[in-house]
Amino acid sequence: MIILGIETSCDETSAAVLKDGKLLSSIVSSQYFHSKYGGVVPELASRAHQKVIVRVVDEALNSAGVKKDELDGIAVTYGPGLIGSLLVGVSFAKAMAYGLKIPIVGVNHIEGHIFSTFLMDEHPDFPFISLVVSGGHTMLILVDDFLKMKLLGQTRDDAAGEAFDKVAKLLGLGYPGGPFIDKLAREGDPNFVKFPKPIPSAKGTEKTDESYEFSFSGLKTAVLYYLKKINFQNLDEEEKNKIVKNVSASFQRAVVDALVEQTIKAAKDFNVKNIAIAGGVAANSELRKTMKEKAESEGLKLFIPDLAYCTDNAAMIAFVGYIKLKNGIKSDFELAPIPNLKI
Amino acid sequence: MLGKFLTRSENETINLGREFSKVLKAGDVVALYGELGSGKTRFIQGVCKGLGVSEVVNSPTFIIMNRYEGRLKVYHFDFYRIDEVDEIIEIGFNEFIYNDAVSLIEWAEKVGEILPDSRYEVVLNFGSNENERIIEISKL
Repeated sequence: MIILGIETSCDETSAAVLKDGKLLSSIVSSQYFHSKYGGVVPELASRAHQKVIVRVVDEALNSAGVKKDELDGIAVTYGPGLIGSLLVGVSFAKAMAYGLKIPIVGVNHIEGHIFSTFLMDEHPDFPFISLVVSGGHTMLILVDDFLKMKLLGQTRDDAAGEAFDKVAKLLGLGYPGGPFIDKLAREGDPNFVKFPKPIPSAKGTEKTDESYEFSFSGLKTAVLYYLKKINFQNLDEEEKNKIVKNVSASFQRAVVDALVEQTIKAAKDFNVKNIAIAGGVAANSELRKTMKEKAESEGLKLFIPDLAYCTDNAAMIAFVGYIKLKNGIKSDFELAPIPNLKI
Repeated sequence: MLGKFLTRSENETINLGREFSKVLKAGDVVALYGELGSGKTRFIQGVCKGLGVSEVVNSPTFIIMNRYEGRLKVYHFDFYRIDEVDEIIEIGFNEFIYNDAVSLIEWAEKVGEILPDSRYEVVLNFGSNENERIIEISKL
């Protein structure tokens, strides 16, 4: 079964071709975007998707050596994401599937991330705990099977990647903030400032599922208070550089500790032996290292996809589409984008 | 429910939002102003609670806009990452705000020129103590 996957939920236009679950090609185009915008600009994003989608799909087919009429189905992200961006991918996929008279299947972007490790040689056995952590999401999911999963908890406010971006902004660093903080933190002291742990404090009556939640907004505010307290803006350059490194390290420590703690707790509570992490923040070197150490010491196995499959890509969408079509699940031509699609 | 208020904790900010939600009617637009960490999302979480939204209301910074269903329809915008007004006009912003929903807009200063003349304004500032916020609510 040969599947074409299409992903346009945010700023990457991506297409991939998958044959019987094995990846033949994966093209990701994000060249039209520049950090000068300080992020993803929705209208520019959807316009750029329109501009490149035909070329990206052609390139994916060409480098896979697959002709359009050999396709058995098209999988497309229909949420969550930016409405305008999603609309481009969904409309394109519907038109193409209609023209080729092949089935179309809508895929949840988060499910794509959850199963991105299945594009690798090594992937977890069921059940596993998935941590999806990016600029838009921070979620823990218990995955019993390809088609059976449960959201255990998510962020109550900002996503982890968003916290990286906003703290980077407070520190006068560029966008996206994650890589800058990751790099600077290596030269800083993670114990320099004790920031609050970004996990909501438990109250006696709270529901159990809340115990897998995160809250990064307070951490962002704590960094802000700290910088105000030390009068950061008026420090000299040398002193500023030192503070930036130390605050980066301390902030990153707090984020990583919370992500690791909640993930390990979920694995233990549900007696699950495997953990998978995905999403852009899975590229963070401190998160990878700490999660690996902690998982090993608890006798758990950790799976992280290669960097290219941590960030948004159509290969993961094609994979979930393949599983769905194999199980007889498909969409009809009424398929429409859902910006806040749930698991 | 107009005037200047002092809140001493995140919960008090949420409660103030909840109180304020009682004056809101279909079609109202609420513009929020305040720095990072000043409590805009918290205030909106309170408003949404008051409007009967049961799902999680988190920051839509990344996807620019969320919609919820409560007693009224709610659109929650976050223009933190927007630089130019043009960028949001074409996403259909006007169709959203001239509508029967309540529109809550974070970082409203970025789209000042295209906000409707008739709207609520909520300005959040840091107080003298760490968790204090001074929140001024007015109607234009």
